[in-house]
Amino acid sequence: MFPSRFRYEAPTSIEEAIALLGANEDAKVLAGGQSLIPMMKLRFANPALLVDINNIPDMGYHRADADGSFRIGALCRHADLEKSTILREHQPLLAAAAPLVADPIVRTRGTFVGSVCHADPQGDWAACMVALGGSVIAQGPNGKRAVEVKDFVSGPFTTVLARDEIAIEGVVPKAQGTRTGGYLKLERRVGDFATAAVAVSLDMSGGVVKNAGIGLVGVGSQTINASEAAAALIGSSLDDEAVDRAAELAAEASNPRGDHRGSADYKRHIVSTFVTRIIANVQRSEMQVA
Amino acid sequence: MALDEIKIGGLGASRRRVEDNRFIRGKGNYVDDVVLPGMLHMEILRSPLAHARIKSIDTSAAYAIPGVRMVMTGEMMAARNLAWMPTLSYDTQAVLATDKVRFQGQEVCAVIADDPYIARDGVEAIVVDYEPLPPIVNPTQAMADDAVLIRDDKVNQSNNVIFDWEVGDRESTDRAFAEADMVSEIDMHYPRSHPSPIEACGSIADYDRSTSKLTVYMTSQAPHIVRAAVSMVAEIHEHMIRIIAPDLGGGFGNKVPVYPGYVISILASILLEKPVKWIEDKTGNLISTGFGRDVYLKGKLALRKDGKILGVRMDTVSDHGAFFSDAQPSKFKIGLIHSAFACYDIPTAYLTNRGVYTNKAPGGVAYRCSFRVTEAMFFQERMVQAAADDLGMDQAEFRRVNLVKDDDFPKRTPFGFLTDSGQYEKCLQIGLDAIDYDNFKEQKAEAAKRGRLLGIGISTMTEPLGAGNSREYDILGIKMFDSAELRVHMTGKAILRTGAKTQGQGHETTWAQIVAHELGIPAEDIVVEEGDTDTAPFGMGTYASRSTPVAGAAVSMVSRKIRAKARKIAAHLLEVSDEDIEWELGRFYVRGAQDRGVTIQECAMAAYSNVPDGMEPGLENNAYYDPPNLTWPFACYISTVEVDPLTGVWDVIRMVAVDDCGVRINPMIVEGQIMGGLTEAYAMANMQFITFDEDGNCIGSNYMDYLLPTAWETPGFELHEVVTPCPHHPIGAKGIGECATVGGPAAFVNAVMDALKDIGVRNIDMPLLPDRVYEAIQTGQDVSGHPPVKNR
Ligand SMILES: Cc1cc2nc3c(=O)[nH]c(=O)nc-3n(C[C@H](O)[C@H](O)[C@H](O)COP(=O)(O)OP(=O)(O)OC[C@H]3O[C@@H](n4cnc5c(N)ncnc54)[C@H](O)[C@@H]3O)c2cc1C
Repeated sequence: MFPSRFRYEAPTSIEEAIALLGANEDAKVLAGGQSLIPMMKLRFANPALLVDINNIPDMGYHRADADGSFRIGALCRHADLEKSTILREHQPLLAAAAPLVADPIVRTRGTFVGSVCHADPQGDWAACMVALGGSVIAQGPNGKRAVEVKDFVSGPFTTVLARDEIAIEGVVPKAQGTRTGGYLKLERRVGDFATAAVAVSLDMSGGVVKNAGIGLVGVGSQTINASEAAAALIGSSLDDEAVDRAAELAAEASNPRGDHRGSADYKRHIVSTFVTRIIANVQRSEMQVA
Repeated sequence: MALDEIKIGGLGASRRRVEDNRFIRGKGNYVDDVVLPGMLHMEILRSPLAHARIKSIDTSAAYAIPGVRMVMTGEMMAARNLAWMPTLSYDTQAVLATDKVRFQGQEVCAVIADDPYIARDGVEAIVVDYEPLPPIVNPTQAMADDAVLIRDDKVNQSNNVIFDWEVGDRESTDRAFAEADMVSEIDMHYPRSHPSPIEACGSIADYDRSTSKLTVYMTSQAPHIVRAAVSMVAEIHEHMIRIIAPDLGGGFGNKVPVYPGYVISILASILLEKPVKWIEDKTGNLISTGFGRDVYLKGKLALRKDGKILGVRMDTVSDHGAFFSDAQPSKFKIGLIHSAFACYDIPTAYLTNRGVYTNKAPGGVAYRCSFRVTEAMFFQERMVQAAADDLGMDQAEFRRVNLVKDDDFPKRTPFGFLTDSGQYEKCLQIGLDAIDYDNFKEQKAEAAKRGRLLGIGISTMTEPLGAGNSREYDILGIKMFDSAELRVHMTGKAILRTGAKTQGQGHETTWAQIVAHELGIPAEDIVVEEGDTDTAPFGMGTYASRSTPVAGAAVSMVSRKIRAKARKIAAHLLEVSDEDIEWELGRFYVRGAQDRGVTIQECAMAAYSNVPDGMEPGLENNAYYDPPNLTWPFACYISTVEVDPLTGVWDVIRMVAVDDCGVRINPMIVEGQIMGGLTEAYAMANMQFITFDEDGNCIGSNYMDYLLPTAWETPGFELHEVVTPCPHHPIGAKGIGECATVGGPAAFVNAVMDALKDIGVRNIDMPLLPDRVYEAIQTGQDVSGHPPVKNR
């Protein structure tokens, strides 16, 4: 690959990285490089400086904290999540999505947080975070702030991060009851971005939905938070009527463009089919447990 | 005692591929690995538009970049009469655009710089002012009354039609249709695809003024043809041109044509007197180089009630892109498309073809297809399935009624080819048994009751491989023979060179096995070398599954010449007359006294140390082989699928392949060829195509859009074999390189269509993407897939 000329720095602390970002116009954070490097290859992205954060220690973690939150550090790779047992235990939606992000090669390098920061409307993780009500912790020269992912993405490939801010962590809030959910993605081939994908998160208690979230992928110019569809599930016991309503509202919330992967109507149809299927799968696996 | 042929790596040995030793160690030597002193780097500026007039080109900003040595434009090429070059299909193709750009990705300028980064910076700095023209992306648009003329550079070209061509017997075919009990019709489009070798194209041209010699390292499947073409176009004498095709990272037909990039790098090297390297990127390869297919069919079969096919009518339209640069050597405008229905006993057939220009990349015919046999067999097998359904007849039984019988060979095909041999029904039966055909039909009916859609699809075909006989096949007048040269050293080791050029087929392994078979020299004692026109004998290169049928035959023939000489030496050593010498693998002996003998190695030593009086010393020779006919392998592919009616996604349950490619030299390599071909067949049926939007933008210009299947989604394949030796090939072998790519797609598509049969859908154009399948299920209508892509 033959990108435009750029400079490269590899700081070993977050503070140093933030200082570099602040001091240089047109600097970009390099995490897994699985989105940024291809864009540089095509010269769609021509940063003057790359600030490689891979040498900053202690950012590769993902863990379930005592307060019930789940935290994913900026250098936690897709593959780490794919292999994780604690993820499977605590975050069924993320565990369902992990093996469907990109392909095995990309997953060894690409990061969860980097994917959210990339804000690709076809990115899998941002939709999961939206469904889970998750946040990103951003750190800048004046300290840290938390931004909910639904507000973090401000448009296709753009976020609310300031020039000198680094996303250091993704945080999934505590479940309100038992957390369940699932992820379904229509792709033409492994490693393909979604023609359409759906993330559903459900916090259940006594057979009733306490909290729910639905995120949609590839059916709009950015990740879609299908909050009305999710609201249709809250308080229900996942009866057919509620599920049908949610599926319908999710399809309405999507705003796809027809292209060589399928017509707009088709993609909308996939969204509603997947909402229904995910919930049916959840119910099936619960019946097996019970 | 005769040697054990398998032990010495002879015919039938599944010998490990010797070339893999270097490939798996990362020691392959590709064009991009070659570094010459003082080498400069070239990058091409490509047109962003599909159709536009060039108003002006400003290269000053590019020249201002330090390290940019030269910016080449169409005007500069024109000054040297090189703005256009002839194609293998007797048309012309722009090298660098002068007047108009005619497809997205067309070569407009080239920057030569000190390194590839600067070359790309230079390309970005060029400013071209275009005046857009309406783009044409399909034949209907091309043939419209008010269509703009794409090739306004040509005198006497008043519309976008390139040619009209016909073959077969129109009158008798019309009669067959008039007399038929029933006529089955089906229309379809075989989409544009791309061979997409992992290594894209590239060259390093090195012109040395002091010796007047031009050396070009090049990604070429046919280096000798390139040498001839360059000497004709560039007016450099043939002996002063050396083309070296080092290791190739795949070809699949993509590396047969001569591309503008090669020509520009050659001129740049001549002008700058420095080696100039051009390495195409993946997008450049996908949007500008030789594609495959893009043919439309209106097909009809005349049928008798009992299932007998009485006649075939095929009306086809082919989309060749902006220049007619099909790289195919036959006398026939549209390649061997009329090899269709060769495996069936049908009295008469008639085919028309119209070729048209569009604003798309030129260079059709490539992609493992043996000159449009892929289209022929796909159309054939889709027509056959539709006809069986129309008759209400079982698809296997319908084939049985019409397949050519074993004792009918040689058999004239409906369009006039002559097939050589085969056991078609046996292959079909093995396939049906393997997939448990009758049982699956029951399962299918059972599943249908529970709303599950299962389907089974068959594809049976024979195809012509191994162009060709020199009467009907030539490239620019050069006949389609091939050659081999064998030098046996005094210690009995040997080097073999051929005019073919391996790109993954494993020639370095299999050619040695043929020599081992003929001479009893262990395969590991034979080095095989190809691709350097200064050292290899003249040959037409490797494509169209022709190397084993032609070059492989030459290897046999040259080995036999060596054996004939060795026999004389043996007689001399054993002090008997020639007629008293017998041969067993690896050894001559005296008739009646088997223990009195000499090995081939002893004969080799004697050739250099103790030759009989009057005999030339040494043990080397060459052979040119002009095949009497094409070879006709047969294949039966059967696939079962399940379709998800709510998403249109379909999964392959099983894929059974029965291949009869005659004698198998290296069974492992043959199986590798079949599995690779089936993978490509699956890709074309399921996901892979190049299309265009209304503005003429190419969709499929990178690996996010042009999909190559991975190990993940590629189904498992179950292989079976039948061996019917080719009657006219020295070791009975037939081509195999392309059978599965050619015959495979119809098996998958027929299976999906079988699953949708009760819905009333007859055709979905490939690839059978989920949205197309879903649309067909929803509407009960056929779904077409031709460009422009629908943006609904
Ligand atoms: C072949 C292929 C297939 C793919 N398929 C999919 C897919 O199916 N689904 C999917 O979701 N993704 C897919 N991806 C993208 C992949 O998931 C990337 O890993 C991900 O989008 C970006 O993560 P990264 O760590 O590689 O980020 P990088 O490429 O390093 O960075 C991406 C962007 O985010 C910014 N950034 C990264 N980290 C931070 C941070 N900590 N703070 C602030 N800014 C940051 C960078 O500056 C850059 O702008 C695919 C990629 C490839 C190459």
